[in-house]
Amino acid sequence: MANAPQKTMTIGEGGSALAFAALALLSIVVAAKAFTPEFAFHAYLFTAASIAAVFAVINRYYERPAETPLTIDGKPNYNMGPVKFASVAAVFWGIAGFTVGLYIALELAFPVLNFDLPWITFGRLRPLHTSAVIFAFGGNVLIATSLYVVQRTCRARLVGEIAPWFVVLGYNFFIVIAGTGYLLGITQSKEYAEPEWYADLFLTVIWVVYFLVYLGTIMRRTEPHIYVANWFYLAFIITIAVLHLGNNASVPLSLFSPKSYIVWSGVQDAMVQWWYGHNAVGFFLTAGFLAMMYYFIPKRADRPVYSYRLSIIHFWSLIFLYIWAGPHHLHYTALPDWAQTLGMTFSIMLWMPSWGGMINGIMTLSGAWDKLRTDPVLRMMVVSVAFYGMSTFEGPMMSVKIVNSLSHYTDWTIGHVHSGALGWVGYISFGALYCLIPWLWNRPLYSLKLVNWHFWISTIGIVLYISAMWVSGILQGLMWRAYTSLGFLEYSFVETVEAMHPFYVIRALGGLLFLTGALLMAWNLWKTVNTAVSAEPASFRLAPAE
Amino acid sequence: MSLWARHAIFEKNSIALVIGILIVIAIGGLVEIVPLFYLKNTIEKVDGVRPYTPLELAGRNIYVREGCYLCHSQMIRPLRDEVERYGHYSLAAESMYDKPFQWGSKRTGPDLARVGGKYSDTWHQDHMRDPRSVVPGSVMPNYSWLAETDLDFRHIAQDLKVQALLGVPYSADMIAKATVDVATQATTDSPDATDLAKRYPKVNARDFDGNPARITEADALIAYLQMLGTQVDFKLYDDKANIR
Repeated sequence: MANAPQKTMTIGEGGSALAFAALALLSIVVAAKAFTPEFAFHAYLFTAASIAAVFAVINRYYERPAETPLTIDGKPNYNMGPVKFASVAAVFWGIAGFTVGLYIALELAFPVLNFDLPWITFGRLRPLHTSAVIFAFGGNVLIATSLYVVQRTCRARLVGEIAPWFVVLGYNFFIVIAGTGYLLGITQSKEYAEPEWYADLFLTVIWVVYFLVYLGTIMRRTEPHIYVANWFYLAFIITIAVLHLGNNASVPLSLFSPKSYIVWSGVQDAMVQWWYGHNAVGFFLTAGFLAMMYYFIPKRADRPVYSYRLSIIHFWSLIFLYIWAGPHHLHYTALPDWAQTLGMTFSIMLWMPSWGGMINGIMTLSGAWDKLRTDPVLRMMVVSVAFYGMSTFEGPMMSVKIVNSLSHYTDWTIGHVHSGALGWVGYISFGALYCLIPWLWNRPLYSLKLVNWHFWISTIGIVLYISAMWVSGILQGLMWRAYTSLGFLEYSFVETVEAMHPFYVIRALGGLLFLTGALLMAWNLWKTVNTAVSAEPASFRLAPAE
Repeated sequence: MSLWARHAIFEKNSIALVIGILIVIAIGGLVEIVPLFYLKNTIEKVDGVRPYTPLELAGRNIYVREGCYLCHSQMIRPLRDEVERYGHYSLAAESMYDKPFQWGSKRTGPDLARVGGKYSDTWHQDHMRDPRSVVPGSVMPNYSWLAETDLDFRHIAQDLKVQALLGVPYSADMIAKATVDVATQATTDSPDATDLAKRYPKVNARDFDGNPARITEADALIAYLQMLGTQVDFKLYDDKANIR
């Protein structure tokens, strides 16, 4: 075409190609001089990824049209490529994370499964499980849905062309570095913040770009108001950045060593860790997923959010109160009493905004309750909000010091976490994926019947899991403090371990059912993308709620 | 204008929303964290608490690497059954040189805050090789490779140097002798043991893994376990001194 605009390389393309080339050079040097072979392996991974990134950027320059229009025929030209990638990655990492969880559950029931191999011992696999489900599965769901929701609710294309891809691919590369690091024994031992300094630095860069893409897209909006889901996503992105920087402040031994030491120590480190740790729950696993609740439930139910005012109160009170709750992880420790009491008080207050949000989510179905019967996807999301209500009642209760003196250090905590993780985070994510993938590929969902099976199998799994952990946790807590009539401790420690065995088997069975449900979902979504027709007759099918 | 209408500023101005979020989330953390660096009962110094020896530090890094903290706490709460089961409740000062802290959050296995000196080195060797050989009901993985892997302490002086930079009182002398000190502490009846004890009071110096020919990861880990919770002499500790 004669009057087509001249194609020029943008600053973003040139700059990122140069930056990746520099990173490739740096990581080759690091690999050559690394203190340990494990670190050299990671440096080589960085080299390979950076070289691939240089090629991808240059290749993209030659392939792309001269200009990407922001709108086509008056409609926003949405950028859904990165969203598609992240939603597929979420399904993949979900299956991986649940499988590792099942395996470590079996290791606790049958320790022979550790097989004397360093890289599959419980101590190394457990962070792999938690990171895979929280950051790999949850993180990809968050990135996919946030980049989708921000475009749709702002009616604007994502800011940047390379930047959104850098966020999505870079984040998944970070997950590979973190996960392989755990298996090789590279960890800084801070729960839910185990990756070492170089992975943390890399994640910081990705997160800043993520924030800029997100904020830039909001600024580009053609709607006057910023929709409520975006407040929650924004609070999640900002707060995680602050927490990440505070909790991972460390000094490496050398550029060539994977090992670093945290600048905090002892009691201060404990407080910083649980300020981070509890707000990883509060902002990563709650605020971001509440944003999904505020977008996908109204969309799917085709009803407006129940109360606009309640969502304002919900938002500000939730983010204000959550930050204070960390010390409830440190009851009766060497942390000063006043800090413990503050943590407990705010945890109890947190019950109110949590239930306010739950009410706002569930009551959105006003006038559409019949859909619970006909639409298993919507049912999954509503049950997820019900689980949210349950675990946000249990949490404040367990933060009461006297309850905590029994529950702390036991499986009760594990049960509580999983009622939130499997029930709330898991189900709202599954619901969002069941909505998102048909919308993204513009195909009907392959089978609602399979969703129904997924729902029931997983629900039985969750019930088995959490009730086994309630019983084992309370049982062990009571056994630890049991006295004989002569005033001696009644049980040795190992007797309380032996008493856990049947519950560990039941827990593993619950995990197996949950994994089975997720595999059904993966199959269903795979068929959705790869076949244009639904398995069900048209009359049975629901129209997508767009 | 009603309060609800005023909220429009956050809904229409993304920068206002970002600043609002930052202010609201900053308050709780600042109130709870900052005082811990100034209050007497969180920065008290207690007699006997000293930095880790290079061998203990190497052992601690193995403890971290293997994720021991995922099943073992190091924090005894002031509850009757815990004090009777594990010993005196843990003091803040006892983890003042812990980077990072290892208080843990789950007791699939017992608390280890005062495990030092409770069992013999031989028991620990057997327990690491095959936990069920000494505790039949245990669900702990075997860590048999620790006694077969040479300890890599080529860079241990750098560990001390970084910790010194972050405020742990390692002297230039301690840093200079770090590598030698590892070997000294892992040897039974070493002639340099008296010199080592001058730098690190009450240090246990002996062959910990039952194999005098090599310095293994088991040497380091057992040296670390055997000193846990033994630094403070609770016959002399005045628990009223820092009462709040």
